[in-house]
Amino acid sequence: MARAMPRRARRGVDEITRCRWMWTGPVKRSRQSYDGVALVAPASVPYRRYSIESAHWWIAQALRTSLQSAGLQKADLDGLCLASFTLFPDTAVGLTQHLGLSPRWLDHIPMGGAAGIVAMRRAARAVQAGDADIVACVAGDTNHIDSFRQLLSSFSRFAMDAAYPYGYGGPNANFALLTDRYMHEYGATREDFGRIAVSQRANALKNPRAIMKKPLSMQQYLDARPIADPIALFDCVMPCAGAEAFLVMTVEEAERRALPYATLAGAIERHNAHADDPVQLRGGWTIDAGELYEMAGCTPQDIDLLQTYDDYPVISLMQIEDLGFCAKGEGPQFLRSRDLTISGDFPHNTSGGQLSGGQAGAAGGFIGLVEAIRQVTGRAEGTQVAGARTAMVSGFGMINYDRGLCTGAAILKGAGP
Amino acid sequence: MTTPLTPPPRKNPEKRTVSPTLPPAMRSRAAMGMTAAASEGRFALQACAECGAPQYPARDACVGCLSPDLRWQDVSPNGKLLAETTVRTSTNLYFRERAPWRTGTVRLDVGPVIICHIHGDVAPHARVRLLNRLDRSGQGVLIAMPEHPTPDMQDDPEMRVLTSDPKLRRVLIADGRNPNAPAIAAALGRAGATTIFVGEAERWRPNPVQAALLDLPGVSILPLDVTDTASVQELAGEIGGKVDILINNARFIRPGGVLSRGDTAFAAQEMEVNALGLMRLAQAFGPGMCARTADGVNSAVAFVNVLSAHALVSLPDYGSFAASQAAALSLSQCLRSEFRASGLRVMNLFVGPTDDDWHQPLPPPKVTPKAIAADLVRGLQDGLEDVFCGDVAKELVERFRAGPKVLEREMTMGGGS
Amino acid sequence: MSVLSDLSAALRSGAVQVVDLTHRLDQDFPVIVLPPEFGQCARFRMEEISAYDHRGPAWKWHNISMSEHTGTHFDAPIHWISGRDVPNGAVDEIDPAMFVGPVVVIDCSAGAQRDDDFELTPAIIEGWEAEHGRIPVGAWVLMRTDWSKRSGASYLNLREDGAHSPGPTPDAIRLLVHDRDIRGFGTETVGTDAGQGGHYTPPYPAHFTLHGAGKYGLQCLCNLDLLPPTGAMLIAAPLKIKGGTGSPLRVMALIERQ
Repeated sequence: MARAMPRRARRGVDEITRCRWMWTGPVKRSRQSYDGVALVAPASVPYRRYSIESAHWWIAQALRTSLQSAGLQKADLDGLCLASFTLFPDTAVGLTQHLGLSPRWLDHIPMGGAAGIVAMRRAARAVQAGDADIVACVAGDTNHIDSFRQLLSSFSRFAMDAAYPYGYGGPNANFALLTDRYMHEYGATREDFGRIAVSQRANALKNPRAIMKKPLSMQQYLDARPIADPIALFDCVMPCAGAEAFLVMTVEEAERRALPYATLAGAIERHNAHADDPVQLRGGWTIDAGELYEMAGCTPQDIDLLQTYDDYPVISLMQIEDLGFCAKGEGPQFLRSRDLTISGDFPHNTSGGQLSGGQAGAAGGFIGLVEAIRQVTGRAEGTQVAGARTAMVSGFGMINYDRGLCTGAAILKGAGP
Repeated sequence: MTTPLTPPPRKNPEKRTVSPTLPPAMRSRAAMGMTAAASEGRFALQACAECGAPQYPARDACVGCLSPDLRWQDVSPNGKLLAETTVRTSTNLYFRERAPWRTGTVRLDVGPVIICHIHGDVAPHARVRLLNRLDRSGQGVLIAMPEHPTPDMQDDPEMRVLTSDPKLRRVLIADGRNPNAPAIAAALGRAGATTIFVGEAERWRPNPVQAALLDLPGVSILPLDVTDTASVQELAGEIGGKVDILINNARFIRPGGVLSRGDTAFAAQEMEVNALGLMRLAQAFGPGMCARTADGVNSAVAFVNVLSAHALVSLPDYGSFAASQAAALSLSQCLRSEFRASGLRVMNLFVGPTDDDWHQPLPPPKVTPKAIAADLVRGLQDGLEDVFCGDVAKELVERFRAGPKVLEREMTMGGGS
Repeated sequence: MSVLSDLSAALRSGAVQVVDLTHRLDQDFPVIVLPPEFGQCARFRMEEISAYDHRGPAWKWHNISMSEHTGTHFDAPIHWISGRDVPNGAVDEIDPAMFVGPVVVIDCSAGAQRDDDFELTPAIIEGWEAEHGRIPVGAWVLMRTDWSKRSGASYLNLREDGAHSPGPTPDAIRLLVHDRDIRGFGTETVGTDAGQGGHYTPPYPAHFTLHGAGKYGLQCLCNLDLLPPTGAMLIAAPLKIKGGTGSPLRVMALIERQ
């Protein structure tokens, strides 16, 4: 019912009360635009498989790199939006004292793969409203030997109660179930998922920061060691340490400082969508994607490159479908007809994404967004997509029990290369 | 088809015994309602008392209406397998050691979607029947079984670790003078136990059931007096490494309460046998059994106590005996905690008045040795922690759960009533 | 030279030897078994307190528990209802002089080997006296049956109708107590009475008669085959248990080397 509401709601309360049925819920208003918000200073700290440093160290390095690239001092910041899994026992609060920051706006986004989109949305509204002038959005996590296992063991209550006891030490088996069901439902093959992994590896080879340095062939993908059938080694991201950051400010501020910037044409988020689907074959994007394109004033055909959240190929495929690039279930056919590499007709996860770049905890929710800012500002160097002016970024996070709960997406625009 | 278990070869004395590992044991308080049901082999889910919605995973508020009134109730365990995977590696050591491990998503006919273990004989996308069983950490987990029994289904590796099945295991029955010993030994033999050691105290006295025991295949009688520490230690020294299931059926009972006896002599003997005997057996055999809970087909699995249901509430005509049973029950709970790290299970079989000399003045129904043996073997095969044997025990626990104070008052009428 | 210094010299030289008539206190040593609704004789039990370990680093010791009538033991007059009013009838009240005294041994081993229910009769006693002389006043009389060489189930020798082991007839025990005025009567079996002694009149005549007359009992003795029929000295001192009806004890005999 909620999906049927927006149009009606926009006509106002009076009109609704004249309807034959009574609407007793809250009145749905139209969203305000993100006009005037600039995304600048994308920064990535090169990932490492294991690190002896703390999350605090990684976050500080990303923040420092971002500030330096913008020519700012940390005292210039008045907002901080943070995402991290391994900062325990600290949160963003403790980090302000640790890093000597005194923001007048502070947020901590515990949303994993959706953290980048959500952090950007929060920060953009704060800047628009004048609650803050310059907000740093930072995500970083470390990866010690065994810290991944420890992280998993305290991830969520439902996972603790109803997933870990069954051998779900991490999301491998969850995504195996989604992949199994997707294949059964829509006739996808392993090769279809392989197209995503193989083309991302090709992209990663052009990104000096990517953890994976060797080419990956389709045969290697298909022959890889099975992890949780039908998922094999190259379907899984490699946990690592790393950090990503960018700054949110007004367009005026960015222009005054002569910083290349991206604008935010639209952004959505949704949590625990489609709760009655027995197996997750779609995400919350299906509810909100139409409004996203409406806000941005464009269609899927206008998107120059797509950055999906890619901890497993199946979820990238679902994003391609749910964000309207093809119909549900037609993803495999779509992949067979498109070239997902940087120079292809559907540039996807141009930095190599997490599958080839590594998954640095919450930074995995930022990696596509930071890369998209680089792309539409023409600063992507080796991975630059020609004519990249409109990028779509999508986030997906938090396997709470049997599915990911958080989805988000945004359309970024820029002057391009 | 399940591959039937075969007798394990003799142990290679040069190989180190595998250390026990456990599946994740952490649960929310709410989720332990499932463990409580599993301890009796019941399949139960929370249901909302207001809107009726079944819940899974366990919640603290109804997913449908936010009511806090969620009650565990037995529901239909039938459903359909929607998706599955075979986990081949895990960050969790327990599952890593047991890989490959089949797990999947089942939609129950009553609604909820459940991630669970899958029996090897379940066909893809088949209808299934869920069992709620205790895993080696002593927490309830669900396993999807074929809708109809298959040959040797108990031998499935995932079932084997969820049960204490006597098949191919070696058993010690502590008290070969107890009239129930021959029936227990016979039932265990029929269930596939390979060796049945039977303890016999005071071999200088005739044992009326000795001949019946010696008639059974695989039975050997050895000296054991649970009131004599040295005797228990000596037998543990001899056969402790070969006891996979220990059945503590030792019992001393005399009629009488507090005032109806003039002294504490029988009470002391009741404590010596019923409570301290349990303690001596556990102290002598427990550590060795704990070290052998991952020792292959004939790993140590269970420590069984045959207790009176009046461990829960006094029966004044046998009040002193009931007190010793309460002590034994309390010790068994303590033992559960101490065995936890090894995965060794403590199973308590609660019986009502037994059909023997000491209950001769009581009216029927009385529990026969055969009924004790049958329920004991079934409890082991289902991996239970609490078995209520016979109508009296079942009724008593029901009344106990309905209101312990009311039951206490009912049981202690006394006086002129 | 005094008597005791002579004895010391004789003990040193081996002219006088010490014979141990006591069974080891063992958890698995049989005790008398009564119908189960009656109170029962506690078995000997021993629990370690420490053994040079965390419970006590430099010492080893045990707690022990048992009945007054467990193992080789002494029966005091108040053990039996017939002796309940006997003056000084508890172990702590008995004159310690009673714990050392002469002992005679009546060898019934051949008969007991033939018949589990062998009875010591007045005729056997009188026959023994014909050979060895009249039993002295104040002597311990021990009935040798070699029963102590039995072990396991054959010791109590329990059958459907109860225990089967040798013992004195009522007349025999009356002869010893009333006519010979002995100090006490001892056996190798679990009691001073025969296994089937409950079927005599009075039931358990040894207990009834001995204790009613203020005499003592010794049971579960061993090594009686090492004693001469006459001439030995018995030392049997029960623990000084307040109001005790009996006591486990170490029973020793002094014998002169032949």
